Amino acid sequence: MVRTMVVGIRDGVKMIGISIISCCAVLVCTMFLNFYVDIRLIEGQILSETAMLFYQAQVSTAKVVCLVSGGCLLLTSVVMLFFYCKHYIDTHKKELGILKALGYSNLKIAANFRVFGISVLLGGLPGFCGAFLLMPLFYELQNKDNILPEITIRFHSVILLYFVVLPTIVFALLAVAYAYFQLKSPVLLLLKDGQQIRGKAGKVKTGKTKADRDEGLPFLTDLGKHTLLEKKILLFFIIFASFCFSSMTQMSAGMKKMASVMMGIMMLIIGIILACTTLFLAIATVIKGNIKTIAMMRVFGYSRKECGRTLLGVYRPAAYVGFVLGTGYQYGLLRLMVDVVFRDIEGVPVYEYDIPVMLLSLILFVIFYETVMYCCSEKIRKISVKEIMLE
Amino acid sequence: MIEINEIMKSYGTHENRFQVLKGISTKIERGDFIVILGASGSGKSTLLNIISGLEYPDSGSVKYDGRDITELSDNELTAFRREKVGFIFQQYYLLPNMTVEKNVRMGADLAGNADYPDIIKAVGLEEKRKKYPGELSGGEQQRVAVARALAKRPEVLFLDEPTGALDEQTGRQVLDYICRLQREYPFTIVMVTHNLNIAEMAGTVIRMNSGRILETCTNKLQKNAYEIGW
Repeated sequence: MVRTMVVGIRDGVKMIGISIISCCAVLVCTMFLNFYVDIRLIEGQILSETAMLFYQAQVSTAKVVCLVSGGCLLLTSVVMLFFYCKHYIDTHKKELGILKALGYSNLKIAANFRVFGISVLLGGLPGFCGAFLLMPLFYELQNKDNILPEITIRFHSVILLYFVVLPTIVFALLAVAYAYFQLKSPVLLLLKDGQQIRGKAGKVKTGKTKADRDEGLPFLTDLGKHTLLEKKILLFFIIFASFCFSSMTQMSAGMKKMASVMMGIMMLIIGIILACTTLFLAIATVIKGNIKTIAMMRVFGYSRKECGRTLLGVYRPAAYVGFVLGTGYQYGLLRLMVDVVFRDIEGVPVYEYDIPVMLLSLILFVIFYETVMYCCSEKIRKISVKEIMLE
Repeated sequence: MIEINEIMKSYGTHENRFQVLKGISTKIERGDFIVILGASGSGKSTLLNIISGLEYPDSGSVKYDGRDITELSDNELTAFRREKVGFIFQQYYLLPNMTVEKNVRMGADLAGNADYPDIIKAVGLEEKRKKYPGELSGGEQQRVAVARALAKRPEVLFLDEPTGALDEQTGRQVLDYICRLQREYPFTIVMVTHNLNIAEMAGTVIRMNSGRILETCTNKLQKNAYEIGW
């Protein structure tokens, strides 16, 4: 009964962002960790010093890629999960408030959020299967010069447990715990749809208040500022999206030279998928969260351009900061690989920062970002006053 | 002057099609106080939305000083709303995370009106200009909506059940503010309501039923907000 009213399996499935990130994370990590475990099994068969150095470099690469990519993507998934939970609670405050008012405990309501773990399972399973599909080609490329003895692909159930089963359970528990703490708000606040009672008795204000500071700002500037500061997590997602785009596109070009074309293409695809998913999720949330404001602005005669510029344009600087961070990250990571991990291996190409690739990546990013923004501003055009009147 | 000619509007498709407005024609003079009266489902809010340029009719015309707004594109209609009209809704629709002052600036900035603090003062909210909507009573929130609508200096003010969510005393107060402001800043008022008593305040009353105008009558003696029944 509670589940049908609050959160169902459909809601878990809707968290496509987490599923896509999980899929990418599990795909990359499974491939490298499986390779790491399998290559360790042939350590005893390595006789020459060159082969041993190459073996050690491969082991280190697998470890670094698994930890860095897996860690980054895991962290993003967790942040995204919390974001989804909070967003879900924010948009269903009235229903949750009614349940609390009826006497359902916080824990009982929060327990329904366990279905959010499904999103990890839905992304993790295809990622795991995809990794095994790509593995023959991957193993072959990792040992294309036959420096090492043949590496056999083995199925390690512990990887399935660590990368698919456990994350599903952990994410389900995290969602329940997070929802439990979020639901601690008073019933009335939930029922009033979260209209905050600001500055009421008990809060002593000293010096200039925020309202005083913003006094001179025009309405649109102030609205943009509010939009930006209200959900800082969206700022993180937009930075993350451009970070992924920048680092993965540039790294894929570097990988083509240093590893293989396959690795380069794989990185490029993962980067673009991650960037698209995260950016669309963030921008769609901005629009959805401001639907009433947009509708009222349109009613009053603010143009579509003004609405778009105010609500979406404020994120542009953050997107370019993300691009710069991604550029720095990919440079640092490749430098680390070449200077530390492959230091003793002969024949490793010299790595130098590739300015033309960076410029190309920047141009592609500008096209990508502005296209997404244009598509989203088209969404704004379709919002009418009915959106707010039909509530 | 606003000329409304043979407005037809329906919703839905095929067998679910429902004719909301069935050929509405009327005229509204500049500076008038018009009340559109009717029961729920009579089509009064749809008519208000069409006259104010929020919706297109299926057929018919709405002319402002000879300019037909039903012929305008979406962008032109936005520009029209920006220049000509103001809105007040039953549910206020204030921006919850912005102060009273900023909510009023939403309207004022559109008209480049730097005198908006005078309007905040005129609706009696000068002391509360730094407050957020969540800190105000229903009546105060509706007064913010009034100030926001008037701060853009509209030629026509459209009100959709402005007292629908208010108690008697607050409702009278809000109506009184609107009428006093009309004397100060001349504009045309078009108000939709189902409250028969409020009609006594208007210069012209249009009674609607089932998508048609039943009668249009003129009040020789307009009462003020404290003289009418509730």
